Amino acid sequence: MMLPGFLYLFINNYMPLPGLVIAFKQYNARKGIFGSNWIGFKNFEYLFKTSDAFVITRNTILYNLAFIVVNTVMAVLVAVILSELNGKRKKVYQSVILLPNLISTVIIGYLVFSFFSVENGFVNNSILPAFGLKPVDWYSEPKYWPFIIIFVSAWKSVGYNCIVYLATILGFDRAYYESALVDGANRWKQFKYITLPLLKPTIIMLTLMAIGRIFYSDFGLFYQVPMNQGALYSTTNTIDTYVYRGLLQLGNISMSAAAGLYQSVIGFILVLGANMLVRKVDKDSALI
Amino acid sequence: MKTKEARIYDGVGHLIMTILSLLAIIPIILMVISSVTDNAALLQNGYSFFPKKWSLFAYEWVFKSNSSVVMRAYGMSFLLTAVGVTSSLIITTLLAYGLSKKGIPFRGLLTFLVFFTMLFNGGLVPTYINYTNVFHVKDTFAGLLVPGLLMNAFNVLLMKSYFVTGVPDEILEAAYIDGAGEFKTLYSVALPMAKPIIATIGMFVGIAYWNDWNNGYIYLVKHTDLYSIQNLLNRLMQNIQALSQNASNLTNANQGLAQIPTATVRMAMATLGILPVVVIYPFIQKNFVKGITLGGVKG
Repeated sequence: MMLPGFLYLFINNYMPLPGLVIAFKQYNARKGIFGSNWIGFKNFEYLFKTSDAFVITRNTILYNLAFIVVNTVMAVLVAVILSELNGKRKKVYQSVILLPNLISTVIIGYLVFSFFSVENGFVNNSILPAFGLKPVDWYSEPKYWPFIIIFVSAWKSVGYNCIVYLATILGFDRAYYESALVDGANRWKQFKYITLPLLKPTIIMLTLMAIGRIFYSDFGLFYQVPMNQGALYSTTNTIDTYVYRGLLQLGNISMSAAAGLYQSVIGFILVLGANMLVRKVDKDSALI
Repeated sequence: MKTKEARIYDGVGHLIMTILSLLAIIPIILMVISSVTDNAALLQNGYSFFPKKWSLFAYEWVFKSNSSVVMRAYGMSFLLTAVGVTSSLIITTLLAYGLSKKGIPFRGLLTFLVFFTMLFNGGLVPTYINYTNVFHVKDTFAGLLVPGLLMNAFNVLLMKSYFVTGVPDEILEAAYIDGAGEFKTLYSVALPMAKPIIATIGMFVGIAYWNDWNNGYIYLVKHTDLYSIQNLLNRLMQNIQALSQNASNLTNANQGLAQIPTATVRMAMATLGILPVVVIYPFIQKNFVKGITLGGVKG
């Protein structure tokens, strides 16, 4: 009964694992993975000698840190506000902010393009002229993209992230709030002295989990949204997009595999580390 | 009776949430409006919420003159999603149900084998070589269906813990005593009790299949009639990009423009790409929220 499932895991997850040795080989398609010549750590040497390794590692980590901070703050804020509101409109807000999460990244790329397209974009045609500013060549100016990407990530995920927080808040004992009300605490004080401290374990746990994933990035977000523009690589290239381009666009398979292995190994260590910390905070929530 | 203070807080709350909701939906509205804008007006004045001239040309283009390409991609998306969800649910349920049984041998080891795939993976390069050189999924429907999306450990473990906590052993044992075999018990006793989790996972998987562009991008090279709507949109996006990269060569760019669908047509297709999700959304929203909470809490 479990055979199909395990067969799939074997094909999809376990069979590729021996292929990781490709990172230590000079890949030759004719000789195949196991026939190709061993070259030891040369691929890694090349990778870390170029500026690529530094740029992709820096981008991956900094973006993830920014996402953790921005998305957590926004999600907690939205969850707190939603928990205080009542009635039909609350449901409408929740539905609407969750909607962007269901849209594919290709289409998100289209949406971003409709705002930032150089000739026809909404920003260049309607917003900047209103302030008397000149149009900007968005798709060739790397400096703007950290902001755009962080904004898009928040746009896409705040509705999703806030749900767990909202569910947690709604589970709190109402008695705390009633006694605070008797003591004359206003809403701000209730937030500061009741909601936030009670929410702290959830925030810490989700943040630790996100830190465990800090070496991975949302491929679609970094590939589709800047439309794979070479001019933007300095601020949009992450490990995932680098591996992809190395494999399918540049044909640099061994180097790409080296970057992929680097990501998997460090990612593995980080997941285990984060998991250990989660265990300390809340034993039931840990993965292992 | 609300105090003045409470009213102020509520007012501010509604204000913030209204602004955030508008921010969330405005790009989508811009997309829909540009799909019904006249193409010349769009090229001249840019994307706008109040276009100078409206036009349904884009939808006519999609449904009349070029219905075959777009409609085939649309059909492919529906087919992929239907086949994907069905097969995914079958193998996920069978595996999760099996793992939930206390009596099976090596239960701990088997669970770990599932779980390990969440911790460590080969990454794109070995996976790609495996699928293309060993299984030859390139340019086949299986290339869209199988890699990555068919089953994931997280869903299996989520469903397994549902079976463990939500379907009591006593009920299953009662079924055995009545002479039901494993499959019969699963089908007529455990499954009806697991409806909520099956709905939740089916919906997650369905959205993943509907929105997937990556498998098609990686594994479909020549066989473009297997394109789903997302792959088609992706291909059109690549065309714009190729244009903007060769923008210095003006004649070349103009020739390119004549071949690819206009800006409004692209937006119409993107709108059609979102439409099924938006139509189903009200029905699945409750499940969706429950599913995320369940997933988030169980981690």
